[in-house]
Amino acid sequence: MRLTVEETGRAARFFADGIKRMASRPVRIMEVCGTHTVAIFRAGIRQLLPPEVELVSGPGCPVCVTPNEYIDTAIACSRCPDTVIATFGDMLRVPGSQSSLMAEKAQGADIRIVYSPLDSLRIARENPGKKVVFLAVGFETTAPTAAATVLQAEQQGLENFFVLSAHKLAPPALKAILAAPDSRIDGFLLPGHTAAISGLAPYRFVAEEHRVPAVVTGFEALDILQAIYLLLKQIAAGQPVLVNQYRRVVKSAGNPAAMRVLNQVYRPVDTVWRGFGVIAGSGLRLTAAYERYDAAAALPLVKAVSREPAGCRCGEVLRGLIVPAGCPHFGQSCTPEHPVGACMVSVEGACAAWYKYGQGRWHYE
Amino acid sequence: MCLAVPAKIIDRTEFMATVDSDGVTRQVSLMLLPDAAVGDYVLIHAGFAIQSIDEEEAKRTLELFKEIERYAADS
Ligand code: SF4
Repeated sequence: MRLTVEETGRAARFFADGIKRMASRPVRIMEVCGTHTVAIFRAGIRQLLPPEVELVSGPGCPVCVTPNEYIDTAIACSRCPDTVIATFGDMLRVPGSQSSLMAEKAQGADIRIVYSPLDSLRIARENPGKKVVFLAVGFETTAPTAAATVLQAEQQGLENFFVLSAHKLAPPALKAILAAPDSRIDGFLLPGHTAAISGLAPYRFVAEEHRVPAVVTGFEALDILQAIYLLLKQIAAGQPVLVNQYRRVVKSAGNPAAMRVLNQVYRPVDTVWRGFGVIAGSGLRLTAAYERYDAAAALPLVKAVSREPAGCRCGEVLRGLIVPAGCPHFGQSCTPEHPVGACMVSVEGACAAWYKYGQGRWHYE
Repeated sequence: MCLAVPAKIIDRTEFMATVDSDGVTRQVSLMLLPDAAVGDYVLIHAGFAIQSIDEEEAKRTLELFKEIERYAADS
């Protein structure tokens, strides 16, 4: 059962009209998740919104919030003898302080793109003489898959498999945004697939403590439009609550089995986010029982001194303070072909989405 | 990176399942969704089934959108 194109169009118009009717003052809504950013552009949702409703991107692109220091460490891993790097493709082009994984690969480093962390176990089995390092990046959606892979490695007795964890938890970043005096966010579109794992509880503080409306939402155009509609309803009524628009996937308790695996293998630690600095309890590190899989401890690393790219304003983009077009590099010295910063690299990055879908030409320019 | 796609479980052996997503079949791990059964719709991410899709809720969402559509057509 699916809606026809006409049905979809009419339902979309209903939400868009409702949004227009309720938008009596300027509101800023943050789409936290990079997948939402892309879906919003692809469906042309921005053009449906009245000028009062501004959408800003948030810190929900895992590649974008990974600081240069991590890329530099990954590059140092790739330079260790007899080492294979297994990574999701997005990471390859992110510029580190002096190089990128792509440049290292061109110079002969053994770097392989995987679609699942399980692929890196296969590489480890097939190459017993080599050390295989999986670059473990991603939020609550992805971290349990890496954790399950570590458990598999243990079960299979693999001794040449390691992870370099840059996993992050989404709610602490929202806390950081809400605590900043300059953020001015009137409502949040919350990431459906992290909540599918963690459940709703970790997101309740947004409405309960900060009195900011929040809607957990899916990734279809109508899901997102309905979520914006529900946010404006809350804003108009002045009654902030956490609403779950994505009930077909997000259960209140999340996925307890995935959370168990996650908590068995990882523990929360303070960690650095690009653009934010250290956020308390927002990173994931291997627990003592699995520390032997930590690449940073197992490999002899010689790392460059890390610095962020000059003039890049990813930090402000990720905190929702500026839109990508507000960066002087945007579309000039920084394009998806020649990215200066991480937000222009990942397909989920706000700068890359702005560039690809119209270079920010649309009505709010 | 965080992309997750819906698929239907068509076969399972212990903790591995064969899923069908828009006519493409592949193998995924059920380690994170151990109770999933053949016939279930699940969300696939990075080689794992990460959550089941509640068909009743999915239908309810569609029904709501249809209802809205009727309302929009009438007004
Ligand atoms: S346009 Fe490029 S340099 Fe500017 S913030 Fe985005 S990624 Fe960084």
